[in-house]
Amino acid sequence: MPVKDYIRKRFFPHIWCPGCGHGIVLGGMLGAIEELGLKKKDVVMVSGIGCSSRIVGYVDFHTLHTLHGRALAFATGVKFSRPELNVIVPMGDGDATAIGGNHFIHACRRNINMTAIVMNNRIYGMTGGQFSPLSGPGIYATTAPYSSIDYDFDIVELARGSGATFVARTTVYHVNEVKDYIKKAIQHKGFSVVEILSQCPTYFGRKNKLKDVNEMLEYFKNNTTPVGSQAKKDNPNLIERGIFVQIQKEEYCDKYLNVIEAASKEVKG
Amino acid sequence: MKEKIKFVQGNEACVEGALYAGCNFFAGYPITPSTEIAELLAARLPQSGGKFIQMEDEIASMCAIIGASLTGSKTMTATSGPGFSLKQEAIGYAIMAEIPCVIANVQRGGPSTGTPTHVSQGDVMQARWGTHGDHAIVAMTASNIQDVFEITIEAFNIAETFRTPVILLFDEVVGHMREKLVIPEKEKLQVIERLRTSVPPGTDYHPYFPRKDGRLPMSDFGGEHRYNVTGLFHDMWGFPTDKPEIVHNLMRHLVDKIENDPKHICKTKQYFLEDAKTVLVSYGASARTALEIVNYSRMRDRKVGLLELQTIWPFPKEIVSKICNQAERVIVVEMNMGQVLELVRANVKNPEKVYLCNRYDGNLVNIDDVKNVLRVVEGRGI
Amino acid sequence: MAKKVKEIIVNKEWCKGCGICVHFCPKKVLKLDKSNKAAVTDLDSCIGCKLCELRCPDFAIEVKFLDNEQS
Repeated sequence: MPVKDYIRKRFFPHIWCPGCGHGIVLGGMLGAIEELGLKKKDVVMVSGIGCSSRIVGYVDFHTLHTLHGRALAFATGVKFSRPELNVIVPMGDGDATAIGGNHFIHACRRNINMTAIVMNNRIYGMTGGQFSPLSGPGIYATTAPYSSIDYDFDIVELARGSGATFVARTTVYHVNEVKDYIKKAIQHKGFSVVEILSQCPTYFGRKNKLKDVNEMLEYFKNNTTPVGSQAKKDNPNLIERGIFVQIQKEEYCDKYLNVIEAASKEVKG
Repeated sequence: MKEKIKFVQGNEACVEGALYAGCNFFAGYPITPSTEIAELLAARLPQSGGKFIQMEDEIASMCAIIGASLTGSKTMTATSGPGFSLKQEAIGYAIMAEIPCVIANVQRGGPSTGTPTHVSQGDVMQARWGTHGDHAIVAMTASNIQDVFEITIEAFNIAETFRTPVILLFDEVVGHMREKLVIPEKEKLQVIERLRTSVPPGTDYHPYFPRKDGRLPMSDFGGEHRYNVTGLFHDMWGFPTDKPEIVHNLMRHLVDKIENDPKHICKTKQYFLEDAKTVLVSYGASARTALEIVNYSRMRDRKVGLLELQTIWPFPKEIVSKICNQAERVIVVEMNMGQVLELVRANVKNPEKVYLCNRYDGNLVNIDDVKNVLRVVEGRGI
Repeated sequence: MAKKVKEIIVNKEWCKGCGICVHFCPKKVLKLDKSNKAAVTDLDSCIGCKLCELRCPDFAIEVKFLDNEQS
């Protein structure tokens, strides 16, 4: 099925600004789903609040547009109730790691079989350009007019440390990797996290003197390198892309089957 | 399943009621004095293939039961004061998105951490207006163990009928006291199952277009019909819109479906009201004390009756108004600073004849408290 | 064997003129027209890498191939 058959065409053109990276993530994600041959009725997509969360309105799956930061909590209810469904949770950086930080680390810890996609543009776009926990120090934002003093999270390390069993990172410039990593994340049995560096030319770009969207994409091209490469050794400032964690560990819904079995024995006694 | 008789606390009766009603998914977080509901369901649900999950916080618990409900499960969570505060945003979501679910709030003293192990009925107004924005809500309560069981089943039935969250506004005394519970055999009590759409696959399904009778048939996530669910104002397919006429009509629908159907939702119990000159209005644990006083007074030929509210929201104003207007005086017996008092006053002809007998010190309002108020308002002195 | 590109379809209704396709096209096949929408200038140079289609945030570009290998 062509990728465009997965979208709700009547809502296009979408609400995102010209050059916003979120549309590229959407394309990559649908490419992954198409290659996996998932049926529309078997996919539930759950999002929170923010520019990124509007993604679910555009896809022809079961879609759940929830509350700011709470997408993974809603999604956990969906998945735990119906483990046979493919649950995919696209989130923004503020959504996933600020207001939703607690749900994020606990979803990682439980290793419940869902895919979290963090669309990281390092800014709150919907509210007009405030810094997020992924902006990092030295970034200008409407709430950091003298530049941010806040240190940022490293999503890969956060997810790894919290127990996620699949963790990958790439950028929207590397569009084939977007598709490839999301595909592998969906195939992975357990909690998977894919961080995708995305651009917000409207707020992040403008506030931080980046000329245009192309300069932002050039940044992704020139400042990232495959994980474990020689380039990273030569220049530690480069951001690594690739699959950082891929381990097998018993999944939450499967483990609950053991609970059901133990409980049933108790009844039979 | 045959009839069973047990000696249980209110929290356990709530669990029995939930299971009788077909609850098969619980998400929760430990909090006194509601924790036994989570503990018991952790043991009981998997025995019949149901799901129990302890979430990372109160907010996540509320969100998880909404997500699970969308896949077709009958879901509930349980909490108390601070946890109830945390759940409010997601309760609003369930109202807006019309997701059936049940929230038990075993009330303790507040504000803030308050008196975690002591009784209160201070969340009456929070149950009504805890989440932001205009809305309608259903909140129910009970004063004895058998009623806790039955009202819990009723809560699930109303949640399914009206596609709405329903709040069980219990309190610490009812949650923890023990009494006899008779669990009737299956099907003796009515259990309302989810109304699912009969629209065939491939045909346009409108999750938010009410039928003539006002009900909205659902389609489970994972089923043939794909649609959108959002906390934004939305059209009949569930897609966001801010068109004034759609916003207006959805707001009307959300409020009217609850407020316009009091006879299905508003439940009361009435004791000795036919000739009552003094009417006590009470609910939850304080209604036990009120009932004691009614029995005590009747033995002395004093015409005292009790109107026990089992539905707090929507407030049963017609019943309250009819009964209280016939009385010479009304005493509201509750464990807060007069939250239901104001509602009763707003719905009677002579609000100056509505008095308050209350406690808010963490103790159950006792017989002497009511006796004293009764003597004063009847002009008999203390 | 290299696939032969038949046409590059630009959906002008959806295109927001961000210019990503123009900037990153390895063969400079595209440009922004007077109305600031993507337009094809040199189809013959197109090597069919599809990066314009994949990187278009607006789902506004489709690269079609002659031999139906890929659509």
